[in-house]
Amino acid sequence: MTTHYLVLSALLFAIGAVGVLLRRNAIVVFMCVELMLNACNLAFVTFARQHGNLDGQLIAFFVMVVAAAEVVIGLAIIVMIFRTRRSASVDDANLLKY
Amino acid sequence: MESPVEIVQHTGGAIGYSWLMIALPLLGAAILLLGGRRTDRWGHLLGVAMSLGAFAVAVASFVQLLALNPGERRRGIELFEFIPGMADLGVLIDPLSISFALLITGVGSLIHIYSIGYMSHDHDRRRFFAYLNLFVAAMLLLVLSDNYLGLFVGWEGVGLASYLLIGFWQFKPSAATAAKKAFVINRVGDFGLLIGIFTIWTTFGSLAFRDLGADVATQASEGTLTAIGLLLLVGACGKSAQLPLQAWLLDAMEGPTPVSALIHAATMVTAGVYLVVRSGAFFEAAPTAQLVVTIVGVATLLAGAIIGCAKDDIKKGLAGSTMSQIGYMMLGAGLGPAGYAFAIGHLITHGFFKANMFLGAGSVMHAMNDEVDMRRYGALFPVMKVTAVTFVIGYLAIIGFPLLSGYYTKEGIIETAMHHNPVLGWLAVLGAGLTGFYMSRMVFMTFFGKKRWADDAHPHESPAVMTVPLIILSIGSIGLGAFLVLGNRFATFLAPAVGTPAEMPEPHVFGVGPAALATLALVAAGAAFAWMRYGAAEVPVTAPRGSFLTTFARRDLYGDALNESLFMRPGQWLTRLSVFFDNRGIDGLVNGLAAGIGGTSGRLRRVQTGYVRSYALSIFFGAAVVVGALLYVGNM
Repeated sequence: MTTHYLVLSALLFAIGAVGVLLRRNAIVVFMCVELMLNACNLAFVTFARQHGNLDGQLIAFFVMVVAAAEVVIGLAIIVMIFRTRRSASVDDANLLKY
Repeated sequence: MESPVEIVQHTGGAIGYSWLMIALPLLGAAILLLGGRRTDRWGHLLGVAMSLGAFAVAVASFVQLLALNPGERRRGIELFEFIPGMADLGVLIDPLSISFALLITGVGSLIHIYSIGYMSHDHDRRRFFAYLNLFVAAMLLLVLSDNYLGLFVGWEGVGLASYLLIGFWQFKPSAATAAKKAFVINRVGDFGLLIGIFTIWTTFGSLAFRDLGADVATQASEGTLTAIGLLLLVGACGKSAQLPLQAWLLDAMEGPTPVSALIHAATMVTAGVYLVVRSGAFFEAAPTAQLVVTIVGVATLLAGAIIGCAKDDIKKGLAGSTMSQIGYMMLGAGLGPAGYAFAIGHLITHGFFKANMFLGAGSVMHAMNDEVDMRRYGALFPVMKVTAVTFVIGYLAIIGFPLLSGYYTKEGIIETAMHHNPVLGWLAVLGAGLTGFYMSRMVFMTFFGKKRWADDAHPHESPAVMTVPLIILSIGSIGLGAFLVLGNRFATFLAPAVGTPAEMPEPHVFGVGPAALATLALVAAGAAFAWMRYGAAEVPVTAPRGSFLTTFARRDLYGDALNESLFMRPGQWLTRLSVFFDNRGIDGLVNGLAAGIGGTSGRLRRVQTGYVRSYALSIFFGAAVVVGALLYVGNM
């Protein structure tokens, strides 16, 4: 019954992961990260239903809170980078290297 | 045959203060070296005073010793604990050590006095006297110490002082090299001596002479005693310039002439003879070691004489003769108690006539602008009569002219050797003949014949401060031998220290045995041949090429070449190999490891590209691996 939810969750996660790895625009990468987080949420909720308890739902709420905080910080960083480099491409922010 | 008498503890009198003999010159050396230039003006006087002070103490001790019964003439005084449980430093005054002390301080003082004149133009005269005092102190410690450890300290001190004095004119590369050579070769000998001392310590548990009396033979096997004897002989060979460690002595003539007289004729080179005689108990219990001593002695006396025959440098000629005469002493010392008295007697008379001739040679050089080539001398007799007469007296003494010093002592050694082993005896006679030749050659080339002086040479007699010591030494060269040998005076005096031989020799005023007559005949023949070649005939100013034998002798019997090919070159190869191994092997390993790590990390660094997506990819793969591993473990 819940297999479809899990498959959907896996698909969403895969799309998110591919987006993170392949896209250069920081905003899109960021959105893909959100996509992966929400895929996880979906999996948690599905497992909660499957096992008949509330643990998964509880963790899904925690993930949402953390994701909200992360968005705040992440967007702030992206805005700062955009202001200094006039670009939102993650490949342009490559100063921290060998 | 009697053993040496027991050593008695002594207090009071001059002997109680005999340590002053060592302390005074040591103090002099310390003051002169630490005082620096402030002591320049009176430094030489202090040096002479300290040496004379030591001589006075030696004479006073000698007088007190003579007043005792012969059976009580070995007096030991304790000074202080040297190495706890191993050896105390003490002074041993017995006929043997006091004979050496008198020779060292007596001849040493004369040479100190002579040096005032000889070194008067040298601005470093103070340093010279400091080293001379240091040498005298070390030599006295060597002969006065009552154990092998103190002897070894003095032994090394003598080596150091001789290094400093040979290289005194260190601005001359040849002098610096000669000093280094002497030091290195002496080190070989010291090594042998040191191992010998170790062996004595492990075998007998004591280094004091009082514990190492005639009963050593019962405490150790003959093999051990032979080993000890041979090791001590190695030490003696190094210090006394005996074959095969003779090569340093000829080069040591680079030092100022008084040094050659003091160290390389009268005292230092005799240390080896002292060691052999002092260790007589070991040698008498080990006939093989004794035989080796006599063989070394005979080989050296012939080698020294052959070298002496071809040298044109007056000092090197005398150095060859020193080698040869020490060879006689070694021969005597290897013959047991019968030879000891003659060996030490010859040592003392040799100390006089060789110092006499060396200082005479110094006087000649002083007059001839430091020219040492005898081919540039000739006809010096009329211009420097005192030097010439004293030199000729020394010369007559060394060749064994009847009734002079060398005659009695050398004749004694030859007779004893002949009695012991005719082969050794006849070889010693042959050596005497060679001595007659090369010493006559030296005298004829220097004082007689025609003038061959350099154009700017204006020879003149040396000042009194130089000639008076020559005169005193020449008096010793005339009378000392007869005084010591006739009536067995010296053998009887020495007996408490070294033991009495089975039968006392019977000295003659003029020996008429076959050996004595053969010696005289050979010496006369040698002298006559020298007169023919160098007295009557013209001496070319440049040395003729000469035969194979002449070259052989001129090159010191290829001793240096032998050392060079046997030790120096393989040593150099070894060091080069070690350096190569160190650079390429050890350094290569360490540096290679470091370079490998550095290079690897340099390449690994490139992984940090700075692109977020590549980091994300690695995280992704990491996560995938973790998940895969979990799945794998879960399915097991």
